[in-house]
Amino acid sequence: MEKIIYADNAATTAMSDAAIEAMGGYFKKIYGNPSSLHTVGQIAKEHLDAARAKVAQCLNCEPNEIYFTSGGSESDNQCIRSAALQGAKKGKKHIISTAFEHHAVLHTLKKLEKEGFEVTYLDVHGNGLITAEEVKAAIRPDTALVTVMYANNEIGTIQPVREIGKVCREAGVPFHTDAVQAVGHIPVDVRADNIDMLSLSAHKFHGPKGVGALYCRRSLPLVTFIEGGAQERGKRAGTENLAGIAGMAAALVEACANLNKNAAHLTALRDKLIKGLLKIPHSRLNGDPKNRLPGNVNMCFEGIEGESLLLLLDQKGICASSGSACTSGSLDPSHVLLALGLPHEVAHGSLRLSLSETNTEEEADYIIAEVPKVVEYLRSISPVWEELEKGIRKHLI
Amino acid sequence: MLYSEKVMDHFTNPRNVGKIDDADGIGEVGNAKCGDIMKIYLKIKDDVIVDVKFNTFGCGSAIASSSMATEMIKGQPLSKALELTNKAVAEALDGLPAHKMHCSVLAEEAIRAAIKDYYDRHGIAYDKSQFPDPHDEEEEHRSED
Repeated sequence: MEKIIYADNAATTAMSDAAIEAMGGYFKKIYGNPSSLHTVGQIAKEHLDAARAKVAQCLNCEPNEIYFTSGGSESDNQCIRSAALQGAKKGKKHIISTAFEHHAVLHTLKKLEKEGFEVTYLDVHGNGLITAEEVKAAIRPDTALVTVMYANNEIGTIQPVREIGKVCREAGVPFHTDAVQAVGHIPVDVRADNIDMLSLSAHKFHGPKGVGALYCRRSLPLVTFIEGGAQERGKRAGTENLAGIAGMAAALVEACANLNKNAAHLTALRDKLIKGLLKIPHSRLNGDPKNRLPGNVNMCFEGIEGESLLLLLDQKGICASSGSACTSGSLDPSHVLLALGLPHEVAHGSLRLSLSETNTEEEADYIIAEVPKVVEYLRSISPVWEELEKGIRKHLI
Repeated sequence: MLYSEKVMDHFTNPRNVGKIDDADGIGEVGNAKCGDIMKIYLKIKDDVIVDVKFNTFGCGSAIASSSMATEMIKGQPLSKALELTNKAVAEALDGLPAHKMHCSVLAEEAIRAAIKDYYDRHGIAYDKSQFPDPHDEEEEHRSED
């Protein structure tokens, strides 16, 4: 097969025509610095304001509640650190999160732990979900922040964010959500969802890389992370990446306008893939079958290792990803799959397919035809599979 | 590209894949929990490895290392096979990424384990110091967390 099937959209997406078109004018025509008082600068400022208004509208918040950043990781870092510092001022040094957050959240929390904060990592259920009641039960008088991702990047499960936000609001605890995988893919409404802080990244919804945003509710103080200028109302110094910001706004507007249509197409493809791949013996779907992102498929195949599966699929023109240890550069498999309670040996054999609206039915058919062949081949040379088949080792899935 | 062309060649077209039903020595090393298990089968005649096959559960470099290592010992006397180092395997593959070097170590250990199995099965005396216990992979991994 000559054609490449790109099924790794949770890693990054191709830019949309709308985003590319929106960016074009900012390199030679509208090149001003929005902080400059002259005409050229002020034109740039108008465009910056317009992009901010668009992003705010998509999230249902005020433009002055949006801060542009370099992406999801920076937004996560700033939101969490900001809430932690504000809490610490009042003697609150406890944070609630989950075991399967993105590393941008987890590593920030680990650092805060070293700095004297205490973090409660809620256990994720086998289906990849937590409940608002569990969050409520974990809240203490000294809780400074609750941070729970909107949708998981590996297994695509969508948390009950609105309910979690509600219990946080009732307890007066700020609630941050890493919505990098959710925004532009499922409805996100910061008001209705009771969200105080949110992180998003442009390149996950067909915008450019290296640009993102954070939402911080007006009544909540935001601590400056990058010092050196009055940009972003003093909360994030550095001349704005106007082309990137405009591209992000255009991509987001388009994604939100087509949200239902895209979701319907993706959900059908997703469920077709899941159904087709589950026919492989000793395979399982990771994460809740219903409460999951429209384009996310995450499976485990027993007796094989994910990286070799990935490389062989790549040879067949299928670009996917895996939570195997070998792809992460560490020796442990995905912390997300381990958080679901999967044994190491099963978690090593995972495959994630993340779709975008450009993926087709024919591509799904091709994937469903090719994956079983590769799994079967890898099992035929796997001593683990041999032992499973002989009964020396017990099947775990 | 993460891997050299040689690694990709040995990964996508692995040599000596399979099993030997009447093997004279079998060596298995690694741990499924860590995502790597290598099993090597040897057919030995007059102290020479006349045939070798492998089965591997693992990543691309684990499969490529098994393939290359079996090629390097095929037709060789046992004394030569025992001299094979993980470095030599990695070099023959035009190098492995640093965090994948343990795959070549597994290949060296699997060959050693298979030869030891041959000696044990056939009551052949050997210098025990030549066969140190392969380290407990699991423990090794844990300590790196």
